Amino acid sequence: MLSVGLTHFLVISVVLFSLGIYAVITRKNAVMVLMGIELILNSANINFVAFARYGDFGLQGQIIALFVIVLAAAEAAIALAIVLNIYKTISNINVDEIDTLRD
Amino acid sequence: MTESLMINIAIAVLFLPLLGFVVTLLLGSKVKQIYLFENIILIFSLIGAIILAFFKLSSFDNTITAEFVWIDLGNTPLMGDIKITLGIILDNISVLMIVVVMLISSLVHIFSIEYMRGDPRYNRYFAYLGLFTFSMSGIVFTHNILMMYIFWELVGVSSYLLIGFWFEKKSASDAAKKAFIVNRIGDIGMFIGILILYTTYHTFTLEEIFSQISQGVLPFNNDAWLTIAGILLFAGAIGKSAQVPLHVWLPDAMEGPTPVSALIHAATMVAAGVYLVVRIFGIFTADAMLFIAFIGALSALIPATIALTQNDIKRVLAYSTVSQLGYMIMALGVGAYAFAFFHLITHAFFKACLFLGSGSVIHGMHHEQDIRNMGGLKNKMPLTYYTFLISSLAISGVPLTSGFLSKDGILAGSFAFANLTGHWLFPLVGFFVAMLTAFYMFRLVLLTFHGEPKDREKYEHVHESKFIMTIPLVILAVLSFFFWYTPNPIDPGKGWVLSEWITAPELYTPENTRYEFMIPDEVVAVDSKVMFSKMYDEAMHTAHYPAMILSLIMAGAGILLAFMFYYWNKVNVSELVEKYKKLYNWSMNKWYFDEFYDKTFVAGTLALSRFLGKFDLKIIDGIVDGSAYITKGFSFFIGKFDNVVIDGLVNFFAYLSGFIGLIFRRFQTGRVQTYLVFVLVSLVILLFIFKSF
Repeated sequence: MLSVGLTHFLVISVVLFSLGIYAVITRKNAVMVLMGIELILNSANINFVAFARYGDFGLQGQIIALFVIVLAAAEAAIALAIVLNIYKTISNINVDEIDTLRD
Repeated sequence: MTESLMINIAIAVLFLPLLGFVVTLLLGSKVKQIYLFENIILIFSLIGAIILAFFKLSSFDNTITAEFVWIDLGNTPLMGDIKITLGIILDNISVLMIVVVMLISSLVHIFSIEYMRGDPRYNRYFAYLGLFTFSMSGIVFTHNILMMYIFWELVGVSSYLLIGFWFEKKSASDAAKKAFIVNRIGDIGMFIGILILYTTYHTFTLEEIFSQISQGVLPFNNDAWLTIAGILLFAGAIGKSAQVPLHVWLPDAMEGPTPVSALIHAATMVAAGVYLVVRIFGIFTADAMLFIAFIGALSALIPATIALTQNDIKRVLAYSTVSQLGYMIMALGVGAYAFAFFHLITHAFFKACLFLGSGSVIHGMHHEQDIRNMGGLKNKMPLTYYTFLISSLAISGVPLTSGFLSKDGILAGSFAFANLTGHWLFPLVGFFVAMLTAFYMFRLVLLTFHGEPKDREKYEHVHESKFIMTIPLVILAVLSFFFWYTPNPIDPGKGWVLSEWITAPELYTPENTRYEFMIPDEVVAVDSKVMFSKMYDEAMHTAHYPAMILSLIMAGAGILLAFMFYYWNKVNVSELVEKYKKLYNWSMNKWYFDEFYDKTFVAGTLALSRFLGKFDLKIIDGIVDGSAYITKGFSFFIGKFDNVVIDGLVNFFAYLSGFIGLIFRRFQTGRVQTYLVFVLVSLVILLFIFKSF
């Protein structure tokens, strides 16, 4: 009988992480990039919760996951504000165009 | 009259001429009549000097001194306490001297008013006279040897200014330089002498030096060093008093205005040397005195033979001055101290009279100085003639004149000295020179004032000089008579000058370094008027009458010869000259002293300078150039090294950095996503690397 173990959660997490990285790297739209970041954060959350469930850590993993969600919310708020400002400046949110840091 | 009042008067006498100099120099170009100020100042100085002399000689037996500390350096390393005092001494010698200086200076001032009239630098001339008078009175008044040296140099400077007064003339400016440089040679000796005395006694004050010597303290504990110090100090006198071999400047100095010659070269500046020897007479050992006597004898003889043939009226007088100064120096050398100083005074008057007389002649002849072009001036310039004649009689040593008294004393002194020590050279020279002196002086008188005028045209325009020029002549001529000095015209010893005013000098040298006759015996203790010792007194006494008769014969012979040569024409002079051409040329060319000095010292100095110049050019410049060349080469190499190696290294690194930058700038895309990729790739690489840990 196939039971759901730690490995399954980790695989899901890896898949989510990889998808998030992929999104962050390849998407041109800044909002999509932010979404990729959300994926990465959530894959981490899954890891925390899974290790908390199968390890002997009490509720620490779940609590950290909660923190991460809060952080993600805050980060999304700030990041969106930055994106809005960028849009106001150059009327565009294509990340390829935002390369003024180079100079 | 108190001592402090006397000192105050002395200070006034000393500084009034300086005031005159400063005022006349500063206002000279603005106020035309300012020279009168200088003249009036001098008269005041003269009055002050006479007051000083009168009260000093009549009411003060002691020597009055006053001094103050000029520079106090405190305790210095190596040298100990250094304290330099300045001060004034008033004794019989200095007050007599200051009267002579001031009197002649005043007369020269008065004479110059007319003589120099019309000169473009009229007022400056009087300013220089004032400076000179100030310097000379400084020498007279000083009580310490450093101050003496300071004023000594001041006299040198002011004489330089006066001799070169007409500096537009090359000969005048050359003569001024010559006088200055030749004097410097003697002054070096004097300065070394001063230093020797100072290192031993740590004081410049004469009085203290004397007292230490008399206590037996000698320079470097050796009486030879005392002799050397004495001779070195005397070297200063050789320069200033124009003694052989440094006499060459004086005849050339005749390029200055004639009254200047009267002031400087007859009575004051050249007398300074004699005055110095008189001042420090007590420190000369027997050896030093013998040296002095020899120099004096040479200086009496050589210029007298030169004076025989000179044709320039002033040059004859100049050589005669050197000769007479030689007399004085010789007299000091043979111990005839009082007569030397006496001769200094009498000579000052009659020689100043002669010089001013010649000035009057030159003025009357419109700057003609060659006696071959003169003659017959007696009728045209009677006053000048008679004063000149009286002075000539005085310098020749004819009785009833002052010159007879002093010269006779010097001759007697040398006679006595020869008697006591066996040096017969000195009286021999003395008497011979007496004859030469009489001869050349009367040659001068006869050629100038008697006979037929040689230059008719000039003769027609000759006139007697103005009153203002003749009055000094008359005063000086009157002072050349005996009655100012002694009531007895043949024996000056009883007169007030020699028995009251000029007293026996104190001697400080150790007794074993003196002449035997200078060691005092019991007679001296009783009678302070006896010079040196009973022995010397007796020798002088026995020498007195023979010397007088001999000197009379000599003077008479000289005058007679001059008359035979130039008045009665008994001897054909030109024939005689032809016959003894060599001797004549020898005298005419002044014993070739100038030529000798030109060939040796001047040429030597020039050769040395040329050599040093070459040395400078070749060796020193060579070294400098060489080191410059080496430095240049080295710098070139260093430069290359810098350019190639150092710069190359720096450039290489710059290039390298650029190159690396070029590579790495590609990573700097500015895109967030690329960075992220790098981060991930790096993370993966790091994971692989640290996998095993």
